[in-house]
Amino acid sequence: MTTPAASPQPHSLEMQSEIVTSPWKDAWRSFTKNKVAIVGLCIVIFFILMAIFAPWLMPYDYNKTSLTERLQAPSSQHWLGTDDFGRDILSRIIYGARISLWVGFICVSGSIVVGCTLGVLAGYYGKWVDIIISRLFDILLAFPSILLAIAIVAILGPDLTNALIAIAVINVPNFGRLIRSKVLSVKEEEYITSAKSIGMSDARILFRHILPNSMTPVIVQGTLAVATAIIEVAALSFLGLGAQSPDVDWGKMLADSKQYLVQAPWTMIFPGLAIMLTVLGFNLMGDGLRDALDPNMKN
Amino acid sequence: MPLLQIEGLCTSFFTDEGEIPAVDHIDFHINNGEILGVVGESGCGKSVTSLSIMGLVPSPPGKIKSGSILFQGEELVDASEQQMRSIRGDEIAMIFQEPMTSLNPLFKIGNQLIEAIRTHRNWKHKKCKLRAIEMLKLVGLPRAESLMNAYPHELSGGMRQRVMIAMAMLCDPKLLIADEPTTALDVTIQKQILQLMKKLNKTMETSIMLITHDLGVVAEVCDRVVVMYAGKIVEQTDCVTLFQNPKHPYTKGLLASVPNIRSKTDRLYSIPGNVPKPGSIQQGCRFAPRCELAMDQCFTETPPIYETEEKPHEVRCFLYDKEGEPRHETTVT
Repeated sequence: MTTPAASPQPHSLEMQSEIVTSPWKDAWRSFTKNKVAIVGLCIVIFFILMAIFAPWLMPYDYNKTSLTERLQAPSSQHWLGTDDFGRDILSRIIYGARISLWVGFICVSGSIVVGCTLGVLAGYYGKWVDIIISRLFDILLAFPSILLAIAIVAILGPDLTNALIAIAVINVPNFGRLIRSKVLSVKEEEYITSAKSIGMSDARILFRHILPNSMTPVIVQGTLAVATAIIEVAALSFLGLGAQSPDVDWGKMLADSKQYLVQAPWTMIFPGLAIMLTVLGFNLMGDGLRDALDPNMKN
Repeated sequence: MPLLQIEGLCTSFFTDEGEIPAVDHIDFHINNGEILGVVGESGCGKSVTSLSIMGLVPSPPGKIKSGSILFQGEELVDASEQQMRSIRGDEIAMIFQEPMTSLNPLFKIGNQLIEAIRTHRNWKHKKCKLRAIEMLKLVGLPRAESLMNAYPHELSGGMRQRVMIAMAMLCDPKLLIADEPTTALDVTIQKQILQLMKKLNKTMETSIMLITHDLGVVAEVCDRVVVMYAGKIVEQTDCVTLFQNPKHPYTKGLLASVPNIRSKTDRLYSIPGNVPKPGSIQQGCRFAPRCELAMDQCFTETPPIYETEEKPHEVRCFLYDKEGEPRHETTVT
């Protein structure tokens, strides 16, 4: 072996494009090709912007009552009509987006943080850690979720924050199980052994290598879970266990107007439509994300 | 003192079906600056041996039962996880069979290299980066600077294996364990990678333990060879002797089953039978059921290691019982 070491292989490099493509950019590209997903994304962005700029977008104060304008049908003055206290429904929907979306995001973030931490520990360390955490998840999953949420709120007291905690808790096992199964497969990958053979510590391997490579299903599930959380919070509010006056969210609007369903259907239709549209947006976006991030769907 | 001295190493896997001895009482050593080849069929314990040295035997179910692994006079078998971590990647590095999956797909090559240095050295970011680029150049990768910003999926298999070698060599390890580094590559790239490893062995004085099932690879680069069969070492000698004068019937069989370009034969020689399931042979020589020269003794007693000739040439076979002289004229066609 007197020949000087290994000549470089120019061919393989030249075939590569100059643009650096990261796995995330690839996913974004295939996401943008999906028209339905983009529609979903637009709906979600529309509602997020609406929530952020609510104080400037509302045509009236959302709590301003006017008994002379009770239960008015949609008109040029009140685009979506008024409710039984003469409050402008459009303003209430715009302001209600704040609570509904905020609650959705906070719940899901909380569930992801707690669920992923537990799930990663269970998946990586296995043995008794796994047994304890997995059984905990099983116990939580044994209850119907909305029943469990009602029980938690009943213990903590009816309040928006408590509703939020309840929804977060019932979503924890979904994320925990999801990431646990992913970690179980990722930790057998050769680059994990390779990282170990470099002398990396457990914590570093967990957070630098295993967690980022296990996140894709969580991102998809997270988007879909925001939709579910919005419905669940609306349900709790409808039952009077969530937002309390003078706060307003879409579920509470439905509850407030249920006795006027025949008399003034717009009081229920429009908040219901808002819920439906937001949930649809998140679901379409979630489906698109799943297709974009799933390596098996790549073509 | 050799760089690495392994004595009586036993590594077993404890499964529902009982104990499976993957590595059974093996002894060998690696000298400074030497390339040692470890040869054997799949499942003979080559990889488990290397994982035992690194302290990475998956546990449970695996466990080092007994024996000692002395690295620079330091015992590795009962070293703490903390100690092992500081040795791994710094003193002993390892490269793997599958270059396509050995790099984290989500991070740039540069970040992964820098992270590997930072695990062991308290250097500034800039210094780490320079060192990483220097190593990429040393392993013969073109345009090292722009490669630092590439993701693993943008590189070919051969390039990734070079990156893996660069990563392994970052901290100037004394010993590089290469677990079938060329198996997944095509032949021209294999040759380049082997030459690269040979160059690193010469210039950086890194000892290499090369695990392979390819005798051609052994002939190309190794100084000494250890032949393993079913968890035991059956023959150990220098490379030239092994090819010119193999002793163990298994080694002879292996050599006979390598196709020869000069002699035209219709059928390639193959050793009859299959590799026994680990743990299935309880007594006698583990190769005996497949051995054409097996004697009654071979099925009942485990042959000890016989040293033959002046050159260190160890063989575990009863054929060499009498003062290192074979009992039979042995020919394998």
